[in-house]
Amino acid sequence: MQNLFKFIHRYHFFFLFLVLATVALALTISRQQYHQSFFLHSANRFSAGLYETMANIRSYMSLKEQNRKLMEEYASLLGDQDESHLNRDTLVHESVDENWQTRYTYIHAEVINNSVIRRNNYITLNKGSLHGVEPDMGLITTEGVAGIVINVSRNFSVAMSLLHSDMLVSTKISKNNQLGTLSWDGINYRRAVMTYIPPHVELSEGDSIVTSGFSTVFPENVFIGTIKDWGVRRGDNFISAGIDLALDFNKLNYVYIVQNLFKDEQEELESLTHTE
Amino acid sequence: MQRLNLKYPFIFILLVLLQVLVFNNVYLGGYLNPQIYVFFILVMPVFITGYILLLLAFALGLVMDVFSDSLAIHTFACVLMAFFRPAVIRLFAGNLEQETTESPSFRSFGAFSLIMYSFVLILIHHLSLFMMELFRFDEFVQTFKRTLLSTSLTLVFIMLAFALVERSSDGKRY
Repeated sequence: MQNLFKFIHRYHFFFLFLVLATVALALTISRQQYHQSFFLHSANRFSAGLYETMANIRSYMSLKEQNRKLMEEYASLLGDQDESHLNRDTLVHESVDENWQTRYTYIHAEVINNSVIRRNNYITLNKGSLHGVEPDMGLITTEGVAGIVINVSRNFSVAMSLLHSDMLVSTKISKNNQLGTLSWDGINYRRAVMTYIPPHVELSEGDSIVTSGFSTVFPENVFIGTIKDWGVRRGDNFISAGIDLALDFNKLNYVYIVQNLFKDEQEELESLTHTE
Repeated sequence: MQRLNLKYPFIFILLVLLQVLVFNNVYLGGYLNPQIYVFFILVMPVFITGYILLLLAFALGLVMDVFSDSLAIHTFACVLMAFFRPAVIRLFAGNLEQETTESPSFRSFGAFSLIMYSFVLILIHHLSLFMMELFRFDEFVQTFKRTLLSTSLTLVFIMLAFALVERSSDGKRY
């Protein structure tokens, strides 16, 4: 025993080396195999704190660069957005029936500009002549009539909103097919006025107002709104009714552009008749 | 002697911070990472007690591993380097008198011996470090190439450090 201690003491340098090297090796191998979390980890409070401080300093130094990168990325994201693209989709939605010849086809379009606060409001759409849009085509949504296309460029078109002083829509009361003319008085964008209702017509609140289909612009029975109130204006033989518009123009996102395939034929015939 | 000892904790901390914050972010040629912190093991007094040298080397390696998330490969490399240090000193500076408290330096060793002493020990450290990092023996040629290049790079910085230490202690004459 004495000799063993002497031996160890004599070669203590070598034995200490063996012990320390073994510990290091064991730590390496065990961690390599199990990836167990141990104190040899930069996630510990001391080293993590130091690294975090350094990272903070570095991030301050590179704020300008980071900002530039961020803006670049944002710009590329903006470019990726649907809103940044012209829709080249020329798909025309139509129904096919052997007994019925297609009269109306619809082009879906997105509203890219719109207003409700002016007296004469316009709607800009992301479809143009490239997609088959032409002036005097009607604009409808699932909720109601939206407007009429007045100007068309290659990729865009501008429509006169229903909220326009020149906009007159031929309408009828759904329950009795009595005709009237819808216009907007420029006061409240949720309200329109239906005029030229014959005085004998019985009205009640909530009656549905739809398009008459007499014009070449809108198909028949496109919903517009419901009757709110009515009265006879002084010196007028017709009833004027206040209409609650079903379509909220302030939330207009998507519209369908109505393409009347028989428009030319109808208008030609009508103009021929009028000139006679 | 007392004042002399104060120098080493300072060097220890300075080297760790330099290594972790500066040199660990240096990757020359993509994979040459100078390990200047081993300067601490090289600069300790020539005839420092053996077990103190080993324990200090162990501690130094452990600190580096904690900061580098590198298991215990620095610890192993440092301990191995410290183990070979006395032998390497005997090999290149065997004529030094036993009682000196001096550190290895250009003055005490001479330029050639100091460079050879540093080179051999750095090589031992780097080779074991990179082999442990790889933890297998294929790619040995590539690892050895990397070791040699990194050793040369570290050696340049270490020689610079020796020159700096010698210059700063010149005026004081411990």
